[in-house]
Amino acid sequence: MHTLSLNELAAGLKARKFSSRELTQHYLGRIAERDGALNSYVTVTPEIALAQADAADARLARGEAGLLTGIPLAQKDIFCTEGVRTACGSKMLDKFIAPYDATIVKKLHAEAGMVLLGKLNMDEFAMGSSNETSWYGPVKNPWDLSRVPGGSSGGSVACVAAGLAPVATATDTGGSIRQPAAFTNLTGIKPTYGRVSRYGMIAFASSLDQAGVVARSTEDAALVLQAMSGFDALDSTSIERPVDDLVGGLGASIKGLKIGLPKEYFAAGMAPGVRARVEEAIAQLQALGAEVREISLPNAPLSVPTYYVVAPAEASSNLARFDGVRYGHRSAEARTLEELYKKSRGEGFGAEVQRRIMIGTYVLSHGYYDAYYLQAQKVRKLIYEDFKRAYETVDVILAPTTTGTAFKFGENSDDPVAMYLNDIYTIAANLAGIPAMSLPCGFSEGLPVGFQLMGNYFDEGRLLNVAHQYQLATDFHRATPKGF
Amino acid sequence: MSLTPEQVQQVAHLARLELKAEMVPTYAQQLSNILAMVDQLTAANTQGVSPMAHPLGLTQRLRPDVVTEPNRREAYQAHAPAVEDGLFLVPKVIE
Amino acid sequence: MTIPAGWEAVIGLEVHCQLLTKTKIFSGASTTYGAEPNTQADAVTLGLPGVLPVLNREAVTFAVKFGLSVDAKIAETCVFARKHYFYPDLPKGYQISQYELPIVEHGHLDIEVDGVSKRIGITRAHLEEDAGKSLHEAFHGATGIDLNRAGTPLIEIVSEPDIRNSAEAVAYLKKLHQLVVALGVCDGNMQEGSFRCDANVSVRRGPDAPFGTRTETKNINSFRYVQQAIDYEIERQIEVIESGGKINQETRLFNPDTGETRAMRSKENANDYRYFPDPDLLPVVVTEADKERIRASMPELPAAKKARFESQYGLSAYDANLLTSETALADYYETVVKASGAEAKTCANWVTGDLLASLNKSGKSIEESPISATQLAGLVARIADKTISGKIAKDVFEAMLAGEGDADAIIKAKGLVQITDEGAIASAIDAIIAANPQQLADYRAGKDKLFGFFVGQAMKATQGKANPEALNRILKEKLAG
Repeated sequence: MHTLSLNELAAGLKARKFSSRELTQHYLGRIAERDGALNSYVTVTPEIALAQADAADARLARGEAGLLTGIPLAQKDIFCTEGVRTACGSKMLDKFIAPYDATIVKKLHAEAGMVLLGKLNMDEFAMGSSNETSWYGPVKNPWDLSRVPGGSSGGSVACVAAGLAPVATATDTGGSIRQPAAFTNLTGIKPTYGRVSRYGMIAFASSLDQAGVVARSTEDAALVLQAMSGFDALDSTSIERPVDDLVGGLGASIKGLKIGLPKEYFAAGMAPGVRARVEEAIAQLQALGAEVREISLPNAPLSVPTYYVVAPAEASSNLARFDGVRYGHRSAEARTLEELYKKSRGEGFGAEVQRRIMIGTYVLSHGYYDAYYLQAQKVRKLIYEDFKRAYETVDVILAPTTTGTAFKFGENSDDPVAMYLNDIYTIAANLAGIPAMSLPCGFSEGLPVGFQLMGNYFDEGRLLNVAHQYQLATDFHRATPKGF
Repeated sequence: MSLTPEQVQQVAHLARLELKAEMVPTYAQQLSNILAMVDQLTAANTQGVSPMAHPLGLTQRLRPDVVTEPNRREAYQAHAPAVEDGLFLVPKVIE
Repeated sequence: MTIPAGWEAVIGLEVHCQLLTKTKIFSGASTTYGAEPNTQADAVTLGLPGVLPVLNREAVTFAVKFGLSVDAKIAETCVFARKHYFYPDLPKGYQISQYELPIVEHGHLDIEVDGVSKRIGITRAHLEEDAGKSLHEAFHGATGIDLNRAGTPLIEIVSEPDIRNSAEAVAYLKKLHQLVVALGVCDGNMQEGSFRCDANVSVRRGPDAPFGTRTETKNINSFRYVQQAIDYEIERQIEVIESGGKINQETRLFNPDTGETRAMRSKENANDYRYFPDPDLLPVVVTEADKERIRASMPELPAAKKARFESQYGLSAYDANLLTSETALADYYETVVKASGAEAKTCANWVTGDLLASLNKSGKSIEESPISATQLAGLVARIADKTISGKIAKDVFEAMLAGEGDADAIIKAKGLVQITDEGAIASAIDAIIAANPQQLADYRAGKDKLFGFFVGQAMKATQGKANPEALNRILKEKLAG
């Protein structure tokens, strides 16, 4: 059952070939058996899952089911789930039982009727590109257990790649959906900023954070993204605009599609194996009728420095609420108010989070604001204008997702700057707020390689269409890791 | 731009973080490296460029002034570190 | 207090004014005062992980109303910023406020001190969220935090340093208080903290000297305390400088028991607030059309009302000022005028005189007046149509105060209707003249003062009900012989 697509699962449930309870039990069994090797789940919720499965079976029996009703899903542990621990990969929230549901949790479970298998491991507060910063320990890449799954949505990709969930939610602030998807042979999409509600998603960098999906195919991703998307009055940055039919447009031909290849993304720095696979993907799309042309995004090289001002600045502010007063970790050693703050935060946050809080605090502090934060927000505007100009001449932009394949544990963990450069191809889409996705295009030395498609605002439908057409012509996304 | 261990301590104080003493030199080095990378930004010509607020140039939506939130004190305080008589407790504050 | 010769004080005030919205500035939790601790602290107020703010429309409307009322510029686009500091009554570790682009800028308010008018500049007024409350006394060795107040919308109104002494400061505050209450944007309750003042005070050697270092005295919650705190600061600062010391730029607290200020122990002065635009909130746009719609919904403002009272009702500046000091009082007065049909001046005399005196005596507000405006109008109407005399009216007023009913009922029950039948008055006078021949002779011999004696006797004989004007006229004729 764990190899079926979401459409196949839906058909099986509808035809009563298997019940949602059986399907759920199948996944719970696989998690119990196999997740020990991966550490992708931090919390498994069998009671909730079975109750939701039974409710879904009842809905199915009444003929009131939607397409996703009864299909299991795992949530990145960044989304608040009422009554379930929501730890965001941090000791700070190890004992935090969320008292409310995130909007997307309501949409996927209460409305669409999906079944919550559990909460997924992630880099602490989504800060990381390897899942090594999680308080709950690193997640292993099912393609090679000595390698990282990418981050921050490491648990999301590992569990879907290993068939421990049919599909999972994820979030992407600088590439946290796309890079891990590329490292694990999955399809991951980050929609336009404001497309999916941020309410109930624990904030890392508010102006960049966006929720999305990781799945085993574009079709699966489209189905879940459709159910998650939409305006939310509780999120001031949410877009008040109807969601396109993401699934209905998948079948359109891409003949005549204009694809831009930004020369800055194909400069030196990419591993040869990655470059070769991406070039093959381009050729495949051309074979499908797409036209390719070189474009320039001249400010793209400034993406990483811009991001490492904007994101830590917002993070330092967003994480100020974790003070040990109303919820979360409180140091047992604190005798004064000052100690309460400093010890609770010193003990509750790991090193990477502390580094980013300090960088953010520094760049916002008196005397540095203009030189750093304000300047970064201006460069961000330049990056945004580059994209706007590009979309006047092309429909989508194609680029590598990562410079290399999944790296070994510990390889980058002592050098933050080297780690940050992992996100060099993914960050610009977050800075501009455009939709972007990664999808598999083959292997290099046995490890998955992904390529990236970036679209114009609200153009998720077109991205998914291109990706689906590519996946109809290729089989890379069907490969699964040995042993899972 | 590089940060001294003293500056790291100042920033940590502003952010209310107690750092392990042995971590301070490491942090100073790492933060300096990050700032050096970030310093590329100063080279960018941003004259006349307005900073970005929202990618789509949206403006703030306004909410009607209607009570929608019931009292959920019990649920919100169920896992609070220290509560008495409905109040969150902290070590005595001196003004 | 008189400021010593050779010195000048420079004062700027920051007023935090809680807006009278039903819900918080960024969430739908109630703002009712006095609820059980933390029962109005919803997920957004508590700053739970993952929650987001959405701006209350009414808060924006109220801020715009205030801005229009002080002739200020309303920003076409204003921006919310985060102000960072750690304090247990500040749940998110930052306060959502406005920094570079506030909603209101460049206004002014005219005050009057000892008959001299002065314009005080209003630098800006910005929207922000209030903090919660720390209860230091409640627990042994611990401070209790109640976040009900956190997230209540405030406008912080910042004046220019145009104020030179405590009398001007109090006049400005009273004027501002009257204005925000009249606008209906604030309940003005200073005890409950709805209207709080921080005073920035510095001193310098004369008007041409550079500004001195200022101190900020926080959260002063009565007009009298503002006066005391400012006077204390001026005196203290002059003393420090004259004895060779220096003023520290610091935050101070006012102690109402001693009338003194002291530096706060927490090192708030080392703060670096790290303001930056709140990425959870977008720029707020107020269009010309919004402004006009809001302007049209505004009540008449105290200054305009005062001018109208002078021209429309022919009132003195003093009466007009007094009657427009509170919206409820002005409304009361206008109801009396309209319902009685009597002369506006007579109505003003009754309201500012007998009515306010009796309310003062019983410590009641105009809203709590035992005599309603229509009741008072009923009384004034009976004077105007000569049913009763002004003198009898005082008795009727007392009876009304005592709750004996409307003027007409009292007049009827007590038989107080004025005697206007000149025949009856004349025959009463005849009887009195006949009974007092000696006084008559003295009067006619030139003792004019005895006229009063005859008036008194005649009033007594008619139980005070004789129409005074007719009585005077007839008596004069008869005494003249």
